[in-house]
Amino acid sequence: MSEKELAQKSVEYRKKILKYIYQAKAGHTGGSLSCIDILNVLYNHTMQVDATDFTSPDRDRYIQSKGHTVEALYVVLASRGFFPETDLETLCQYQSHYIGHPTRKVHGVEQNTGALGHGLSLSVGTAIAGKLDKKDYRVFTVLGDGELPEGSNWEAALSAAHYKLDNLCAILDKNTLQISGPTADVLNTDPVDKKFEAFGWEVRHVDGHDIKQLTEAFDALPFAKGKPSLIIAHTVKGKGISFMENQLKWHHGVPDPKQYADAVQELDLYGETLASA
Amino acid sequence: MDSTVDATIENIAVAQQTNLEVFSGVLQLLAETDKDIIVVTSDSRGSGKLVPFGQKFPEQIIEVGIAEQNLVGVAAGIASTGKKVFAVSPACFLTARALEQIKNDVAYSNNPVTLVGISAGVSYGALGSTHHSLHDFAVLRTIHNLIIVAPADNFEAEQAVKLAAVTDLPVYIRFGKKSMPLLSAEKSFEFGKGRIIREGSDLTIVATGETVEHACAAAQNLEQEFNITTTIVSMHTIKPLDYNLLAEIAASGKPIITVEEHSVYGGLGEACASFLFQNNFRNPFKIMGIPDEYTVTGSQQEIFNHYGISKEGITQAALALLGE
Repeated sequence: MSEKELAQKSVEYRKKILKYIYQAKAGHTGGSLSCIDILNVLYNHTMQVDATDFTSPDRDRYIQSKGHTVEALYVVLASRGFFPETDLETLCQYQSHYIGHPTRKVHGVEQNTGALGHGLSLSVGTAIAGKLDKKDYRVFTVLGDGELPEGSNWEAALSAAHYKLDNLCAILDKNTLQISGPTADVLNTDPVDKKFEAFGWEVRHVDGHDIKQLTEAFDALPFAKGKPSLIIAHTVKGKGISFMENQLKWHHGVPDPKQYADAVQELDLYGETLASA
Repeated sequence: MDSTVDATIENIAVAQQTNLEVFSGVLQLLAETDKDIIVVTSDSRGSGKLVPFGQKFPEQIIEVGIAEQNLVGVAAGIASTGKKVFAVSPACFLTARALEQIKNDVAYSNNPVTLVGISAGVSYGALGSTHHSLHDFAVLRTIHNLIIVAPADNFEAEQAVKLAAVTDLPVYIRFGKKSMPLLSAEKSFEFGKGRIIREGSDLTIVATGETVEHACAAAQNLEQEFNITTTIVSMHTIKPLDYNLLAEIAASGKPIITVEEHSVYGGLGEACASFLFQNNFRNPFKIMGIPDEYTVTGSQQEIFNHYGISKEGITQAALALLGE
């Protein structure tokens, strides 16, 4: 998919995230909008994964550590044919499989996550198994900057470097806001690049909404032979909807009818601009 | 499973002394023909008797250092690729520090890891309450989809490890430290099915893990000194609990004592009591375990003696229950 097509995909995904959260009256809007470009590039450009052969032992794996932004994952999986998108009409409803955190009940989801600080250890284990089996698959995990204080992340980071997991790539969705406020105020983890580098990772920074920068970063993996890779994606919570951007209340805010209409209109306009560019 | 391997495994239980040596011996045999056997440890290959395993199969042992949350998460990640993973760590840390990983990464995600809790109960004796694991049955019983096993002798240890390697569900196996007897010639074992070690008609003692030996000593004492005969059940599987066997035992109306190296809260005893009471059995009933306190200092045996998990203590409890 071309850069332009990927950018258009992101607009489409944003609209779907909003639509299903709006319908469900539940969800994590801000964080889904901050990580959607990363997921878009992963699933439509980088990863070898096939809905019709999802259990292939050679598939690339994606484990969503910041599980609360599952809406981003669901819309991408639906668009890749893992399940009919209409299933998302049941998002968060009574007895739906499409619950508010990733669950293996949903085709295409590798691991049940949602409790924070789990994805990196799971990814390390999966990557170790890939090395043991001499397989070429790669393991990707999206971490939230708000979940980094969980100590399990740092245990996992140590082990990833110890086992030289250059088949592992973590992407930090650094939108700088968490439920209580700026991550820098809640518990500052900066300079996060230096920390991971000191732990033995190879780190790159990208604009997490720039498709070109994202594709180039993923194309350059592994950044160093014998080292796990970290992409620090600088993102904006609520990205794409002007009144949501960088606003704490959109961590798990749900749009009212007017907000929803305004948001869709804004995305439509942006989509038209992209198409005519 | 290859029948030669199976037969050789049968002999390990006799040849080895502690249940951890049995564990390690069985794993080594399995690993000889199965490259999918993977051990993950948190600086516990020595205490887990896994040094020989690591020497023979360096590719099949993963060390994560003292980091139990990562231990369980990594084990779950490896298991997700179809490997048979044994995550080994002292029971106290494994089941407290990594409880969320056990719940989410292993059980909820259905990554069939075998969690091996070593030096469980008060095996660490005088090292104190930080190192005692008296909560593990209680917390793990509330986790859906997890089999909880505490072998009472080397035969049960060997069988539990062998079965865990082929079971689709996650398993927690709890091991102690000391040398284990062979308690019975009875050679049947399956998860969820209590093993009758001795048959009697006056009362039943349902025990688990290393306390079964003490229950047997008490039964012998009761017979010799008081002409009281006791059925002893090794309830090696705490969950799923053998409700059929419990109902059969309770049907006689005779007293039942449960014994465990665990807090009296939330363990085998309360699990049995819950089943029995809800099914209208009203047998005289006594739970023996560690009371709700931080344990006294001492060796495992001294701690057992202090709390009555001993030939004398169990004998006294039986007599009291029988009204003698």
